[in-house]
Amino acid sequence: MAFARSRQALAVAGVLGLALGVTACGTGNDKKSSKASSPECAAYEKYQGHDGKKVTIYSSIRDIEADRLAQSWKEFENCTGIKIDHEGSGEFEAQLGVRVDGGNAPDLAFIPQPGLLKRFADAGKLKPAGADTKAMAEGNYSPDWLKYSTVDGKFYGAPLGSNVKSYVWYSPKMFKEKGWTVPETWDDLIKLSDTIAGTGMKPWCAGIESGDATGWPATDWIEDLMLRMTSPEVYDQWTTHGIPFNDPQVAGAVDKAGMILKNEKYVNGGFGGVKSIATTSFQEAGTPITAGKCALHRQASFYANQWPQGTKVAEDGDVFAFYFPAVDPAKGKPVLGGGEFVTAFADRPEVQAVQTYLASGEYANSRAKIGDWVSANKKLDLANVPNPVDKLSVQILQDPKTVFRFDGSDLMPAAVGAGTFWKGMVDWINGKDTATVLNGIESSWPK
Amino acid sequence: MTTATPTVGAGVQATTKTSRAARVRRRLNSRAATLVSIVIALLWTVPTFGLFISSFRPEDQIKTTGWWTFFTDPQFTMENYQEVLFSSSSSAGQLASYFINSLAITIPSVLFPIAFAALAAYALAWINFKGRDWLYIAIFSLQIVPLQMALVPLLKFFSTGVTIAGLQVLPAWELDGAQKFAQVWFAHTCFALPFAVYLLHNFISQLPRDLMEAARVDGATHPKIFRTIVLPLITPALAAFGIFQFLWVWNDLLVALIFAGGTKETAPLTVRLAEMAGTRGNEWQRLTSGAFVSIVVPLIVFLSLQRYFVRGLLAGSVKG
Repeated sequence: MAFARSRQALAVAGVLGLALGVTACGTGNDKKSSKASSPECAAYEKYQGHDGKKVTIYSSIRDIEADRLAQSWKEFENCTGIKIDHEGSGEFEAQLGVRVDGGNAPDLAFIPQPGLLKRFADAGKLKPAGADTKAMAEGNYSPDWLKYSTVDGKFYGAPLGSNVKSYVWYSPKMFKEKGWTVPETWDDLIKLSDTIAGTGMKPWCAGIESGDATGWPATDWIEDLMLRMTSPEVYDQWTTHGIPFNDPQVAGAVDKAGMILKNEKYVNGGFGGVKSIATTSFQEAGTPITAGKCALHRQASFYANQWPQGTKVAEDGDVFAFYFPAVDPAKGKPVLGGGEFVTAFADRPEVQAVQTYLASGEYANSRAKIGDWVSANKKLDLANVPNPVDKLSVQILQDPKTVFRFDGSDLMPAAVGAGTFWKGMVDWINGKDTATVLNGIESSWPK
Repeated sequence: MTTATPTVGAGVQATTKTSRAARVRRRLNSRAATLVSIVIALLWTVPTFGLFISSFRPEDQIKTTGWWTFFTDPQFTMENYQEVLFSSSSSAGQLASYFINSLAITIPSVLFPIAFAALAAYALAWINFKGRDWLYIAIFSLQIVPLQMALVPLLKFFSTGVTIAGLQVLPAWELDGAQKFAQVWFAHTCFALPFAVYLLHNFISQLPRDLMEAARVDGATHPKIFRTIVLPLITPALAAFGIFQFLWVWNDLLVALIFAGGTKETAPLTVRLAEMAGTRGNEWQRLTSGAFVSIVVPLIVFLSLQRYFVRGLLAGSVKG
């Protein structure tokens, strides 16, 4: 009797499976016809000739941003007949390795860590970008960017989206009411913090909790200060272990960050004392600004999406960001940022066509128009960037005078950049002294 | 005579053991023990209960205050469920369609191992063939292999086939879209079989020998015995394993993520849930209602089959 029942269930399951298979095939086949000859497709002429081909893309971009991605290359798909299958996953970094090892690599992957890119390139898994892609990337991106996807002289792919991390968020409304002004130098910033602390409000709010990655927002502080207190060259040495992690220059940057992050008078507005930084999630960390409980919050451009619904993000709105000030005006304020690189695990012509298209100005403008996106692409037209913070970021990135450096923890070996550096920062917030923390990180650097 | 002494000793030991067991039992039946167990049960339910309350609270409330504030300041909304189940933008959930994927993965992944394991267990218990015990021990010991170790080789098996010394023995599967369900079924079946064979073997081998012999005398063949005698008798065991396997497959994220991928055609609820909070985790209020949508089916399965579950576990201890 039990067997009869399970046999029935088996039959049902079989039918279900078949039905699913059939519907899937049905939806897969009816999008083959492309309107390649229509006038709006003229821009895509050089990518044509791959009708009916499919390109798979794997990335860490998901949810609403993934929807926008799909929307951004829709016209390309319609005009060229290439079908782009994008899959985003929160376990991207770990899964990509498994898939590549298992012989199941995606055609293209958007890799946000140059360190990871280098690992796949060294293992011979990545395909160097084609000549078209290279030419397109060199025309549209500054050498500062391209060097991060170049390994041993071979170029592996152009950047796609970017973000600017050197921002301090504040409330223009609050600043106007109280008569505060946006500081231009580190000393002004400290002076402003003192003024705010004098009114009884804790000036800064911060939070570095982020699940498995707890600690990363604090590493950004150190990186920004390293860039400003030393020089981009020293910064490069630091990320490649040309100077040790416990070098006095690094200790100087950490202590400078400590002037704010470990100052009970300054932090942690809306949450508690210094130690509450370690337990406050980075998503929530800036929200006290909108409640008037703190005034300043250092976080990247993407924080624009984290504000509570109904918050006006604009120069004259509820919140906005200013460029993290220079410590020594003579050394300027290099920009710290991040971004993802379009790398290829296959070199079929249609894959290269997509890779080239994603490096183009047409793509950057198409994606930017949909909103909430920043790119260092020089062909990106500012008029197409709707969001004021994104506009500011694009301006900074496109400025030929801007010195750009990639987020250091993404450049270091994973054991440090996604391991001891994060954990060390948590210990540091929790009261360990700078020297002990830096010695610990230094000893963990892979030999 | 010499053998009798230890038997008596064993008997005495057994009686003291039972009396001790009886004492423990009496104590566990006392009112205080009942009270303690109720308190423990309540404590264990509190986080789930909090999540349940949270799933009905508005987004800004979830993000700023604890679920217990619901009792002092009740604000009720169905928006979270609305968003994760039926939202028109593909970003916010549409769990309804992933629900189907989860079922399409889980049902075959439960039925295949049950069917194969029951047949294998019967053969290992009642059919005499050479090397039977060694085969059983081999299968039994496979249980200690962590499935994580098999992920990459199995993925290679699907994507490039099997090659021995340059000779293609088995071709690549080359599955696409919804066909990838087959990979997940295959993987789950592989990972479940050692335990399933072990569990069912223990049951089947303890069926009375007389029963089998009587059937053989009446001229029944192995398939006939399996169908008419063994299967009805091991229903509790099948149900017990079925529940185990169902809960494991339904809640599984790792295997599905690797073999089914995260596309809409094949990803189950768990994969979708893991992505739902958004690229930077800012939409985590959706997880409250998403979690409850995903536990509805396991709850139904467990509650409706729990009498089999208990009977199946007991059957093993009492019959022996």
